[in-house]
Amino acid sequence: MSPPSATAAVAPGGSNREQSIRRTPTIGPSSNELRERLQRIWETKPGLYGWLATVDHKEIGIRYIVTAFVMLVIGGIEALIMRVQLAGPEQTLLTPQQYNMLFSTHGVTMIFLYASPILSGFSNYLWPLLFGSRDMAFPRLNALSYWIYLAAGIFMYAGVFVGAGPNDGWFNYVPYAQFRYDPGLNIDFYSLGMIFLGISTSVGAANFIVTLLRMRAPGMSINRLPIIIWGTATASFANLLIVPAVSLAFFLLWLDRQFHTQFFQVSGGGQPLLWQHLFWMFGHPWVYAIVLPAMGMVSDGLPVFCRRPLVGYAPVALATVATMLLGFGVWVHHMFATGLPGLSLAFFSAASILIAVPSAISVFSWIATIWLGRPVITAAFLFFASTIVLFVIGGVSGFMTASVPVDWELTDTYFVVAHLHYVLLGINVFPVMGATHFWFPKFTGRMMDERLGRWSFWTTFTGFNVAFLPMHLTGLWGMPRRVYTYPVEMGLGPINMVSTVGSFVLAIGFLLFFINVLRSRTRGAPAGDNPWDAYTLEWSTSSPPPPYNFAVIPTVASRHMLWEDQLGETRERSNLEEGFILDHGKEALATSALDAEPQRILHMPDDTIIPFVLAAGMLVLFSGLLVRNWPITAIGGLICAADLVAWFWPRISLLERGPAHG
Amino acid sequence: MHPLGYLSGSGAQTASVVPLMRFMLIVSIVVTVVIVGLVIWAIMTKREPVGPRSLRTIALEHRDGVKWIWTGLAISIVPLLATALWTVAVLAKTGSVPGAPLTVDIVAKRWWWDAQYSDGATGERFGVANEIHIPVGRPVLLHLRSADVIHSFWVPKLAGKTDVIPGQVNAMWIQADAPGRYRGQCGEFCGAQHAHMAFYVVADPPLQFAQWERQQMQPAFPPATVQASAGLSYFTQHCGRCHSVRGTPARGTFGPDLTHLMSRETIAAGMLQNNPAALSGWVENAQIVKPGALMPNQHISGPDLTLLRAYLETLR
Repeated sequence: MSPPSATAAVAPGGSNREQSIRRTPTIGPSSNELRERLQRIWETKPGLYGWLATVDHKEIGIRYIVTAFVMLVIGGIEALIMRVQLAGPEQTLLTPQQYNMLFSTHGVTMIFLYASPILSGFSNYLWPLLFGSRDMAFPRLNALSYWIYLAAGIFMYAGVFVGAGPNDGWFNYVPYAQFRYDPGLNIDFYSLGMIFLGISTSVGAANFIVTLLRMRAPGMSINRLPIIIWGTATASFANLLIVPAVSLAFFLLWLDRQFHTQFFQVSGGGQPLLWQHLFWMFGHPWVYAIVLPAMGMVSDGLPVFCRRPLVGYAPVALATVATMLLGFGVWVHHMFATGLPGLSLAFFSAASILIAVPSAISVFSWIATIWLGRPVITAAFLFFASTIVLFVIGGVSGFMTASVPVDWELTDTYFVVAHLHYVLLGINVFPVMGATHFWFPKFTGRMMDERLGRWSFWTTFTGFNVAFLPMHLTGLWGMPRRVYTYPVEMGLGPINMVSTVGSFVLAIGFLLFFINVLRSRTRGAPAGDNPWDAYTLEWSTSSPPPPYNFAVIPTVASRHMLWEDQLGETRERSNLEEGFILDHGKEALATSALDAEPQRILHMPDDTIIPFVLAAGMLVLFSGLLVRNWPITAIGGLICAADLVAWFWPRISLLERGPAHG
Repeated sequence: MHPLGYLSGSGAQTASVVPLMRFMLIVSIVVTVVIVGLVIWAIMTKREPVGPRSLRTIALEHRDGVKWIWTGLAISIVPLLATALWTVAVLAKTGSVPGAPLTVDIVAKRWWWDAQYSDGATGERFGVANEIHIPVGRPVLLHLRSADVIHSFWVPKLAGKTDVIPGQVNAMWIQADAPGRYRGQCGEFCGAQHAHMAFYVVADPPLQFAQWERQQMQPAFPPATVQASAGLSYFTQHCGRCHSVRGTPARGTFGPDLTHLMSRETIAAGMLQNNPAALSGWVENAQIVKPGALMPNQHISGPDLTLLRAYLETLR
């Protein structure tokens, strides 16, 4: 881990060196002179080097968001091609092999390369701003996490472009994924790509967790965290626990395929079901990890447009954690038909039905927030409010699949396709589009166009429901999943045509949304610091925020820092005008884990190309492994090793400073 | 109308499952309508015009609304618990086979279904492909094995899916309560022709089933015409490595047993009607009909095809 960590404790004592790393920070107001000094200290150098070397969380966040949206577009085009193939029975636009690669790549793209990174992007951008902090805890790790995500995406798509994309679904069941049945490089690209991407997810998650524990402004105790923090933090804890399961599974599969091990090979005593357990122990919690932060966006955004605090902050925050905890105990509901014993089926069935309870808490909280507020119907509000509707539809269909005997019919039919799209678009894509409208002014200093925003909302909302609501019925009428075509006598032609038409309307909605984003970036109305009169800390700094985020570190006295005067809940007030002035270089404040008491001054690392080089070295390493070319692998390994030496090379400038007065 | 639709069924399993499914569907629709109604109603009655002023004031009239969350939860718990209990009841009811079942061994292969029957008295066995006959009103225990990858045995009108997993034998039971042809379909992605891995379960009245069983047990009749004899020798030479016809030297087990091919209504795993034109087309150009299938195109000359077809048509 990088040096500004809590573990590099400063021993008490009187030697010269220890004296030099202790000092008392000044407390004072912000001033123009201070802001200019901080700007010089924090700004990223111009030019290509600066672009590759930046460790600014805002820059990294935007990159995440842009890359993930590009992935959304690619995955969307793949979906449209599939919808053309399925528009009528027995069509021959695609061969079965092409279709199988397309549906697998679509799933992998949307789940791994869009849904999770987009939330990492928003969280990366927003966390330090929401915390009143200068940066994430580990800025270089943050840059690394992005570069690896990009490299892993390029790695997997290199496979797609040479015709060797994943072709056994995102779930990649063995033995079909074994060399014997799938001898191309398809599954090797996917396996190694997933292990590669897992590194990005893991280091990103570690960074979020340490940032949560150490980087909040003084006074931001855990009962004052915005819900998006609860969501992303919960997801990050989960990721640290579950990503090893899937990385291991893919590693074992790769060994099976390339080195004739027998982990999943029946002939050698291996177990196909071992794969399913490892995959779904990861896969189901992962589904929660890619919706909980987005639910947080709704919980934080909706109240701003309803002009009142969220109803039931504590139940919603705790429900976020409870969903995740229960989420660890439901993976077998993906395996109800595998012949497991009845008792374990009953247990997992009950858990899967119960998980509706914490989800319902969020839904009722959102409805009550609208009901007890004065909703102002902006485009962002529409996206957030539509989440409630889509989440409920996705929720009740999930409830149906939780019942084992019913699931035996529903599973692997289009009913489940409808369910998962209501969940993933409903509580990932729609909240993200709302969040884009909501935070775009903060990101760019300009407003998105409201009129075009409404048009894009109604087009996406209509298109989505026309495409996916009928799919429930398509499933109940017996259409199996993952089929490249279907016979005419199944009676499924007309309803599939409806879904195809809907999917194109949905695509037009996305197009309008992206046009709005691109146009508003340069032509939108100037936003000002707080165009929505929102209540959290990011709205107290300028739009876009300066590289150092806050000239002085604010002190927090409540959950609604910018609404305190109007709410009048207590007499305490957050102090955003005066605070620690940390300007002896790139400094940030570390606070205690629960109560956010100031503890240390952190010296943050400067921009550096080291993370980029490490990701590039890993790309070489993984490419070498893919083609089993050991010289290339060794070169990649050497680049990584040299780079890590440079990364960990001790630097006196990065030592923490303990407060001199204790 | 929808041969694979499972909102209604004709089996002993679906008789327990369909009412639960319909109950859950109704609960789901009611919940959706109520929630959507609440959202729309709230927005319609409480909305403020968009403007600079509406985004400057804060609603202070309702300080706390957390009781609405608890009320909503309390109402939600009722259908959730009812469903959980009903689910366990259905699981208990469908868990074990009622009565004395007929046993059929199913082997799922890419991309077709091999059903093996054995006569309890004599221990004689016969195999059929993609058309599984069962007697009406009698439970049938299926032992499911896979020859290659994971498949899933699914006849929606009779029962839900059970995965067919290499290295283990899964069991399930079905019972048809009315005669008919029930379409089945592989329910787990298994590669190129997963889409066309269909089959039929044919439920016959008991007497008719016994007759069918007796007839299937017979080996093939020796060919009666010169043409058919020539067809048989062509078949033995070219097709016999993968296919078997009992009573001839063709003993291959890779592809379907063709002993009574003409007694089946469909070929190519439920994809084509079994008629001479479709049969010739399939033999010649299997890869065009089902790209990726394991049956290769036969580069067969016109006269040979005529002989072969003449023979296949004797396999009644």
